[in-house]
Amino acid sequence: MQHTITALVENKPGVLARVAGLFARRGFNIESLAVSITEDPSVSRMTIVVGGDDAVLEQITKQLNKLIDVIKVVDYKGIPIVERELALIKVNADAGVRSEIMQIVDIFRAKIIDVSEKTFTVEVTGSVDKINAIEKLLESYGIKEVVRTGRIAMMRGAKTP
Amino acid sequence: MKITGAQALLESLRREGVEVIFGFPGGVMLPIYDCLYDCKDIRHILVRHEQGAAHAADGYARATGKVGVCCATSGPGATNLVTGIATAYMDSIPIVAITGQVRTTALGKDSFQEADITGITMPITKHNFLVKNSKDVPEIVAEAFHIARTGRPGPVLIDMPMDVSLGVIDYKPVTNVDIPSYKPNTVGHPLQIKKAAKLIASAERPVIYAGGGVISSGASPELLELSERTSILVTTTLLGKGAFPETHPNSLGMLGMHGTAYANYAVAHCDLLIAIGARFDDRVTGKLDAFAQKAKVIHIDIDPAEIGKTVHVDVPIVGDCKLVLQDLLKYVEPRKPTSWNEQVMKWKAEYPLHYSENGLLPQYVIEKIWEVTNGEAVVATGVGQHQMWAAQFYKCKYPRQFLSSGGLGTMGFGFPAGIGAKVGRPNDIVFVIDGDGSFQMTLQELIVAVENKIAVKVAILNNQYLGMVRQWQELFWNRRYAGVDIAAQPDFVKLAEAYGAVGMRIEKKEQVVDALKKSLEYDNVPVIMDFHIEREENVFPMIPAGQSIEEMMVRRPK
Repeated sequence: MQHTITALVENKPGVLARVAGLFARRGFNIESLAVSITEDPSVSRMTIVVGGDDAVLEQITKQLNKLIDVIKVVDYKGIPIVERELALIKVNADAGVRSEIMQIVDIFRAKIIDVSEKTFTVEVTGSVDKINAIEKLLESYGIKEVVRTGRIAMMRGAKTP
Repeated sequence: MKITGAQALLESLRREGVEVIFGFPGGVMLPIYDCLYDCKDIRHILVRHEQGAAHAADGYARATGKVGVCCATSGPGATNLVTGIATAYMDSIPIVAITGQVRTTALGKDSFQEADITGITMPITKHNFLVKNSKDVPEIVAEAFHIARTGRPGPVLIDMPMDVSLGVIDYKPVTNVDIPSYKPNTVGHPLQIKKAAKLIASAERPVIYAGGGVISSGASPELLELSERTSILVTTTLLGKGAFPETHPNSLGMLGMHGTAYANYAVAHCDLLIAIGARFDDRVTGKLDAFAQKAKVIHIDIDPAEIGKTVHVDVPIVGDCKLVLQDLLKYVEPRKPTSWNEQVMKWKAEYPLHYSENGLLPQYVIEKIWEVTNGEAVVATGVGQHQMWAAQFYKCKYPRQFLSSGGLGTMGFGFPAGIGAKVGRPNDIVFVIDGDGSFQMTLQELIVAVENKIAVKVAILNNQYLGMVRQWQELFWNRRYAGVDIAAQPDFVKLAEAYGAVGMRIEKKEQVVDALKKSLEYDNVPVIMDFHIEREENVFPMIPAGQSIEEMMVRRPK
């Protein structure tokens, strides 16, 4: 079962290690982790995507809450959220296939943000499924490099955690 | 007031009421030790290994209820504290460990005697600090003590780079600590408390299972009142020993792997288990599916993460045990002993703790220690068979009387912890009940006890084996005694004398009481008593690890 967990934490050195350590100790592989400061510069937000059964994830959430530097933890399971991920994809783009790739990019409402004689660099944001889909389509042209940010998430509506 | 970071550290410690630091110096600690040279209010006790400092601070904390303090230099000094810090962490004991660190400019460069001790201790501290700026010292010390002693107590580490100790600051004392992200919930939810009272009123076969949380929150008087008012019988964990007087008719002693048969039967058959400040450790529950199967569970704990961690809880109450019990007592009606009480008492009569009459047996020694100290001594133990015999046969009357490494099971804990306890409670008799294996792990602290006239009595239950491991090998590994024979050992009497302590060897049952009485006559020198007990005596009852009560062995299998 996949969980998207968000943690508001003090923006201090070492906090990421404390949080990640709680997952590592139980043998969990974090599938994605995105961290940045929030509207309050003394506070950072971590969005963590991790797989595991509900009981264990509940325990991890409670253990996270115990960390002195952690202000708030929410497991978004069962809560309506918007989720986004950003990917940069560098794909081979010889003269013969350029227009094909541009069509794909258009369909996915992605952007070509860099062009060289032999490659395009494509920027795409969206759900994980969407990014997986475009990545799959571009594979046939030869992908040279992919960078993905990991997921960030927010509750739908006016509510904040 | 302009002072250095090191001076600010000591001034802040003084303000926290620290009266003693167990420590060992080193290069980067010199600014702090130089200040200690002039410090009149804080006593420094020089240990001989940093592990001893951490255990002594821990024993001091367990025995007094205050925060214990230890210090060590950077690198190897700091890493030598790790076992002691982990021990305190597993048992929720408030200590503050101060480590020296290389200069901030040298951090992260594999400098001489550098170790990333905040990184190393992250999983075994409640919190830790790397002080980056001298001006932060007063606030960090205040926060460290606040975190260590409030909520679920635990160890906190402060790592002080040398330039931070040397830096000059404009010192202002910190009078108020406010950590927005740390607000432990101490008052239990009123609705849950009412629900608990209702469950207690309707239960036919209730049992209280009390742990170390009762002791750390000072909830023993409330626990006694609850048990006496409701006639509910009480079993405690190893760390809960003394939370409820074991001489009380309602006491069932300890439960779990080496608990009394009657406590385990009571828990197995109860219909309501009231867990107070206890965490359902696997040494208590054994096989989880078979633990207290028929029971509804009320769980009172200050740490929300403990509730529902291992067993399903019907009424969770997050809060400080003392406050929750005070609230609960407002709703709990008196209740007379029932046929259930009778049934448990029948078990108590039928399956008492027992041992053979022949030979010099450890249980006999412990019973006699109990008698000559009138059950009033503070008892610190190492880890192994002797620890379990002590838990079974030294009946504790008060909280903070029994000091033992439960969670981590740290061999070598007892002796330095006993030293710390005696420093904190100089007027009480402190007995260390140790094993020959355990004692040899930290015996270098003997000179610390001699030098500082710390008159602990050490009873070594010497079977020339790593006895608990041997017991497992006997019962579950076909008697293949690999790596447990420690018959090659020092002459403990000569060893004691070499250090300037008093040594005695006891080989016969008839000598036990005289030796113990004699040991009480020495009040400014430690006494080492080497009891040569039967080599292959086992701890019973025993529930094999991960098994249910059905598998309990009351005596040696034929």
